[in-house]
Amino acid sequence: MTTKSTHPLEAVFHGIFFACGALSVVFVIGITAYLIISGLPAISQVGLIDFLLGQVWNPGKEQFGILPFILTSVYGTIGATLLGLPLGLLTALFLSKFSSRRVSRVIRSAVELLAGIPSVVYGLVGMIVLVPAIQHAFNLASGATLAAAILVLTIMILPYIVNVSVTALDAVPREYEEGSLALGATDTETYFKISLRAARSGVATAIVQGIGRALGEAMAIIMVAGTVANMPELFESVRFLTTAIVSEMSYAPYGSLQREALFSIALVLFLFIVAVNVLLNLIVRRKED
Amino acid sequence: MKLSKTIKAIACAGAALALAATLGACSSNADSSSAGSDANSTDAVELSGNVSTNGSTSMEKVIGSLGEAFMAANPGVTITYDATGSGTGIESASNGSCDLGLASRDLKSEETGLTSITIALDGIAVVVNADCGVDNLTLDQVSKIFTGEITNWSEVGGADLEISCIGREAGSGTRDGFESITGTKDSCVLDQELTSTGAVLTAVSSSPNAIGYASLSAVESADGIKALTIDGVACSEETVLDGTYSIQRPFNIVISENAQLSPQAQAFVDFATSPEAADLIRGAGAVPLA
Repeated sequence: MTTKSTHPLEAVFHGIFFACGALSVVFVIGITAYLIISGLPAISQVGLIDFLLGQVWNPGKEQFGILPFILTSVYGTIGATLLGLPLGLLTALFLSKFSSRRVSRVIRSAVELLAGIPSVVYGLVGMIVLVPAIQHAFNLASGATLAAAILVLTIMILPYIVNVSVTALDAVPREYEEGSLALGATDTETYFKISLRAARSGVATAIVQGIGRALGEAMAIIMVAGTVANMPELFESVRFLTTAIVSEMSYAPYGSLQREALFSIALVLFLFIVAVNVLLNLIVRRKED
Repeated sequence: MKLSKTIKAIACAGAALALAATLGACSSNADSSSAGSDANSTDAVELSGNVSTNGSTSMEKVIGSLGEAFMAANPGVTITYDATGSGTGIESASNGSCDLGLASRDLKSEETGLTSITIALDGIAVVVNADCGVDNLTLDQVSKIFTGEITNWSEVGGADLEISCIGREAGSGTRDGFESITGTKDSCVLDQELTSTGAVLTAVSSSPNAIGYASLSAVESADGIKALTIDGVACSEETVLDGTYSIQRPFNIVISENAQLSPQAQAFVDFATSPEAADLIRGAGAVPLA
């Protein structure tokens, strides 16, 4: 420390680095403060219970209940995780343990590309291909449903689950697996019972990251979910917390209760995301201990 | 890793190029439209000052392109536009907080002391999939379909398919216009609530069950869909103009009878109702009167 501070240039750079680090903290605090300040008025006007547990959202009649949005976001996220987790985990096991280097490289770059596709492209393909497919498959009047949104979200969170899980599985000490194999366990037994167990905190991180991603997605699902403010059902048109904000922001008049209520939805969504991140931190910390 | 980075870099470059091309196209459009309006800058007196407009969100495009052309012809004038809604526009014209109120509906009987000048008409077409067997609906059938009283195409002479209603989000001017004319205000039972005209047309074109609505100008060039005739009348510029097509509304400028318009506001009203404005109004998706 003392040698560093004797050099003036070091001090300058130290200051620059500190400023950069502090900047992101300032952003987080600023956004949090803004969301709370702009989100609270509508909640206090509508009433916390009526706002969070109200089942009807109809700005034209001054009804601002966001329970349909909350439940849709929760169901959609759970659905996507339930589908994406086995798929992602098995892909990760294959990439880490079974596949040849060549095959692995092809699949890994495909998965990375999947993560890089803009969400509006997922939405567009979903709208033109998936929505009509669901409509025909289940003989519905409209395929723009919660089911369509869950499928799109599943594909979108897949790369996150795969990437984080692969890293965790790659890091499992080779001795664990060799020991298991030496005791006469088969490959499959070893990978499921030893490798996966040893990598479980990494897998948990993968799940939570996937949940965070699914919860915050708006652009792709606004195009496939139908965005009608119904209580969620698998084959009904539904509106998520994110899409509720997006779909009405452009027209909600300035200073109206409707616009303020949209900020309140943003606050609720923000709290969900914070909860997911706290969970993530807890998992990572437990891994370190 | 290296490979994927290269791909990402290429993708980014591609996106940037596309963006640049779009921006270029936009600015060149703007240039040509303002160049066209230079012809009317023959005013002897140079106008200057502000013209504040306030009102209907549906009139945004029309007022935007008229205002742009007018400001190009009269560099001293600034035209401002607040998108609040027809009710607020009329209110602020009558209390003097803006020069010109904008309303995409006629004045109500209790809204007195005001004059409204119609600058354009807007037709809202009811659209279905190109494969839909139905070609005509009555206005009453349209409102029954959107309120959920009629749920199957066979009830109105089509195939045995469930009807899927596609509407716009709360606050949209097109939704407001459609619902007030069909008498379905806040009582529509929708399967999808989409946030743009394009999204509505895409959704309708991909499902034979679907019915939706969109501004006349957007429907004319779209593939995979067809506009229904309402009570036997097709939605076109002519039928909107002669009043036979029923799902239409006026775009009005509302002026208080008590207040004296500023010269620049009067000049803008004159410009908006002049034959020169017709192409701009048409370009903004509405039907010009002149």
